[in-house]
Amino acid sequence: MTEETFEIELTVNGVRRTARAPARRLLSDLLRHGLGLTGTHVGCEHGVCGCCTVLLDGEPVRSCLMFAVTASGHEVTTVEGLAAPDGEMSPVQRAFQECHGLQCGFCTPGFLCTVTALLRDTPRPTDDEILEGISGNLCRCTGYQNIRRSVRRASELIAADPASGGPPAGEAGEGGR
Amino acid sequence: MSTRMFGEPVARREDPRLLTGRGRFLDDLGRDALAAAFVRSPHAHARILDIDVTGALDVDGLVAIYTFEDLPDQVGAPLPVLLPHPALTHGRTARPLARDVVRHVGEPVAMVVAADRYLAEDAAGLIRVEYERLPAVVGIENAEAARDLVHDDVPGNVGAVLLQENGDAAAAIDAAPHVLEFRLAIERSASTPLEGRGVCARWDADDGSLRVYTSTQASTSVRAAIAARLDLPAGKVEVVAPDVGGGFGVKIVHPWPEEVLVPWAARLLGREVKWAEDRREHFVAAAHERGQLHDVRVGFDGAGRVLGLDVRIRHDHGAYTPYGIVIPIVTSTQLLGPYKIGAYRAEVVSLYTNTLIVTPYRGAGRPQGVFCMERTMDRIAGHLGLDRGEVRAANFIQPDEFPYDQGLTFQDGRPLIYDSGDYPGLLRKVRDLIGWDGFGALRAEAAARGRRIGVGLGCYVEGTGVGPYEGGHVEIDSAGRVHVSTGLTSQGQGHQTVFAQIAATELGVPIADVHVTTGDTRRFGYAVGTFASRAAVMSGNAIALACRKVRAKALRIAAEALEADPSDLEITEGEVHVRGDRSASVPLRTVAVLSNPLRYAFDEQTAAATQFAVGGSPSEPPVAAGDEPGLEGRDYYSPVRSTFAAGAHAAIVEVDPDTAEVRVLRYAVVHDCGRLINPMVVEGQIHGGVAQGIGGALYERMVYDASGQLLNASFMDFLMPYATEVPHIETDHLETPSPLNPLGVKGAGEAGVIPVSAVIASAVEDAEGLRVDAMPLSPDELFDLRRRAEHDPALRTRAVNGP
Repeated sequence: MTEETFEIELTVNGVRRTARAPARRLLSDLLRHGLGLTGTHVGCEHGVCGCCTVLLDGEPVRSCLMFAVTASGHEVTTVEGLAAPDGEMSPVQRAFQECHGLQCGFCTPGFLCTVTALLRDTPRPTDDEILEGISGNLCRCTGYQNIRRSVRRASELIAADPASGGPPAGEAGEGGR
Repeated sequence: MSTRMFGEPVARREDPRLLTGRGRFLDDLGRDALAAAFVRSPHAHARILDIDVTGALDVDGLVAIYTFEDLPDQVGAPLPVLLPHPALTHGRTARPLARDVVRHVGEPVAMVVAADRYLAEDAAGLIRVEYERLPAVVGIENAEAARDLVHDDVPGNVGAVLLQENGDAAAAIDAAPHVLEFRLAIERSASTPLEGRGVCARWDADDGSLRVYTSTQASTSVRAAIAARLDLPAGKVEVVAPDVGGGFGVKIVHPWPEEVLVPWAARLLGREVKWAEDRREHFVAAAHERGQLHDVRVGFDGAGRVLGLDVRIRHDHGAYTPYGIVIPIVTSTQLLGPYKIGAYRAEVVSLYTNTLIVTPYRGAGRPQGVFCMERTMDRIAGHLGLDRGEVRAANFIQPDEFPYDQGLTFQDGRPLIYDSGDYPGLLRKVRDLIGWDGFGALRAEAAARGRRIGVGLGCYVEGTGVGPYEGGHVEIDSAGRVHVSTGLTSQGQGHQTVFAQIAATELGVPIADVHVTTGDTRRFGYAVGTFASRAAVMSGNAIALACRKVRAKALRIAAEALEADPSDLEITEGEVHVRGDRSASVPLRTVAVLSNPLRYAFDEQTAAATQFAVGGSPSEPPVAAGDEPGLEGRDYYSPVRSTFAAGAHAAIVEVDPDTAEVRVLRYAVVHDCGRLINPMVVEGQIHGGVAQGIGGALYERMVYDASGQLLNASFMDFLMPYATEVPHIETDHLETPSPLNPLGVKGAGEAGVIPVSAVIASAVEDAEGLRVDAMPLSPDELFDLRRRAEHDPALRTRAVNGP
C-alpha cells in the first residue's frame, strides 16, 4: 500500500523550500533526509535530549516532536542558517569555539539554536538564567561548564556588536545583520 | 605565529565544521541508501519457535527480510570473543541474528531492508515471532545462585574465575591489629553517547570492493572482522569512522551484529544500505557497564596502614562475553590505586545474566575498584578516628619509589608497574583546593543553621596508554601542506587539534598547514583503537616519531640545496634555514619537490625536480639506495607497558534534611596526566568525565525487573545529568612526565569519571553520618537509609570521621 503524501512549503534558513512527505514524516527527518540539512541531529526521538532543536518562527522547538506537515507555512532556522551569508560564524558559534563549548559536536546544533534564541530574548542573562536556558539540552561530553562559559561569552560578543546577535529572520535571510 | 604549539590551549581545528552544521556523522551519510531495521527480542530469555514474515511482505518499499536461516555460515556464526583470557573458561557470544534462543531483551532476531527507515520499521513490526519463554536470570545474586542457567553449557552461570594475588592476604589480615569486613555495590550504567551506533555500507561491484562507514572506536579492527566474515581480502574493504557523536567505550565493541549484517546485505543487494540505531535500541542492544558487588576484608594497623586486603568481586557481564573480562581485570588491579597495601588477594567471579552485554564505559572497571578502595580508606579512618586524608597519606607510594611494582598482571598482560607520580603532592593540592582543613568549622556552622553539608575525598591511579601499538604517517606535499594520519579513531577528544600541535611542534610548521586524519583505513591501515585513555600516548608518540623521520629527511635534502650541514639546520614556520640565520632558506614545499626526482613536470614548481634540472652525481641513482621518493615518514610507537596517570578529587555536598536530595556544592579535581599537550582539551575531558561520574553517583542506573525487562530505556527515565545537575568543577594540574615515552604524556580521557562515586559517597557519609555502601544513591534510598539507621547503629558513622 502506498502512503499518501502531502505538499509541504516552508522557509528554511531564508530559502523557500517545497517537499512532498507522508503525514507521519518528522520535521527532523524532512530537514535531514528530505532537504539534506544534516546539521540538525537526532539523539533520542522523544523530545528529551534537545539535539534536534531548531528555530520555528524564531522559537526553539524539538524537530523530532513535530510533523513536517505542521511546519508548512512556517519559517525554520537550522544550525546551517546561523552564520552570516558570507560564512562568518555568529557570536554564539564563535563563543562556543573560543570557550571549548563542544567536544564531539553532536548536541551542539541544538545548543546553538537554543542559545541564539535565549540571547535574543535575554541579551545579558544572569548565571541562573543561563542555567535555566540550557537546562533542556543534554550534552554527554562537556559537563556543561564550558557551555555556560560560551553563553556568557556570546552575550559579551553580542553586546560589543549588537547587530550580530540574532538568527537570520525573514524570508530573504537578511534579518539581524 | 609561534610554531611551538605543544602545551598551548590551541583552539580546536574541528570546531568550525561542527559549529556550522558541516559535521558528517553516520546518519548524515548515504542519503540514497536503503534503510535497515531490526526485529529484536522482547524477552530476556526465550526459545524461538517460529518466525512468520507473511504480514510484512505487503509493505510498500520492502526490499528484503533476513533471519538466521538466510545467513551463510561465516556471516551467521557466533561473533568473536575479542579478548580471550585463560580465566575466561566459558566465553560465549551471540550470533548476528539469533538462531534458537535469545538471551536478552533487544537481541536481534531478523533484519529488514526497505526504501526508508519508516517503511523498514513498518515491516519489522509486522513480522510475527513465536517464542517459548524461558526463566530469566537477573541480578548478580540470582546468577550466582544458578537456579536457572543463561547458557545450558555454562554451569553455575560462571564465565570466568580470576585470581589476583600478591602475598598471603588471609594471613596478613588475621595477624593485623584491626580487621573490618563489609560489602559494597555499584549498579549498572552505560556510556550513552548522544549519537547511537550506526553502519552504512556501499558495495562496488565493478571492482569488488566494499566501503563501510561505522560509528566506531576501532575502524581497522572492524575492517579485519568484516573482511573475514565476508571472505574478502582486507585490501578490498575500507572502513571509515566519520564524525562520531561520542563513544565513551561502547563503540569499542566490534563487530556488532549490525556491522556484519549491513555490509553483507549491501553486497548481496548491490545497494547502499544504512542502519542508524535509535535511542531505545541503544538502551537494549548496545552495551552497559559498572554493575558489581564487592565483599571486602581488610586488616590494618593503628596508623591506618593496610596490611592485608581481600576482595571478592562478583561481576555481572550480561548475556555474552564479546569483550572478555577486561572490566573485572581492570577493577581487580586498579583497585590498589596510589597505595602500597601489603598483601592483596582479589577473586573475580564473572557471571552470566539475561541482560544486555557489559563492556567498557569510560573508566572501564576503575570506578568500581576505586569505590572499593576509597570506601575502605574511609572505613579505616572512621574505625580509628583518624582524618581521612591522613589515612590515605599513610598508605601512599612515595615519589622516590618509582618505578613501583604492584606485583600483579595488568589488562595488557604486562606487569602492573607504575612509571611515575607524586601522590602526596596530589592530595596536598586537592586539600588546599577544597579547603579540607577548615571544613569541620564550616560543617558545624551549617549544622547550626539546619543545613547538612559534608566533604569527601577520592584518589586514583589510572593505567593509560596500553599497547600493543599505534602508528603515524606524515607527508609534506609540494604545496607545503602537512598530512598527518593515524589509525585510531576520534569521538570528540580534539585529536585533529592535539595531533596537529604535536606535528607543528616537531616539524616547525604553522599549525594551519597541518591536516589530521584519524580512523580511516584508506589512510592508515594498522591500528588498535581508541580506549583506555591511549590516543595521546600511543598515536601522539607515533606521530612525533614519524615527524622526526620526516624532519631528518627534510634537513638532509635541504642541506644539499643550502650547501650546509644538516646538523646546522632548523625549521621555522615551514622554512629550513641555518640555525639562527634566516637569510637563506628553503621552504618545505620545495624540499618536498626535491625529495621526489621527476621525469614529468606538472607545474613550474615541479619543473625544478625533473631530470635535466636536478644536479647530482651522474654515477649515483636519482633515488639513493635505502632512500625513498617523497617527503614522508611512517613510524610506530609500541610501549613496553602502560603509563599511569593519577589524581585526587574532593567535593562538598549538601543534603536536604527533608527530601534527602543531594546537591554538589563544590567539586575539585587535581590531575596528573604527565605533560599536557593542550590544557584546554584536558580540562574539557575532565569536566565531561566528572559529569558522567556525578550521573553514576546520583542518577543513572539500569532498572531491570525480575523478568529481564529494562524499565527505564528512555531519556525520560534514565536520568542523565543536565546542566542543572553538574556543579562547577575546579581544576588544578600536576605534571610528572612519563619516562616511558618520548613526549612524556600519560593520557587523560577517562580520569574525570573514575573516583566520583567514591568522592560523593564519602561526602554524603560525612554530611549525614550514615554509612554509604552502594551507588548510585537516590533520594529515596538515602531517605530509606536514614529510617533504617534510626534502629540500626551499625549504619551510623557520626563523630568518627571528618577533618
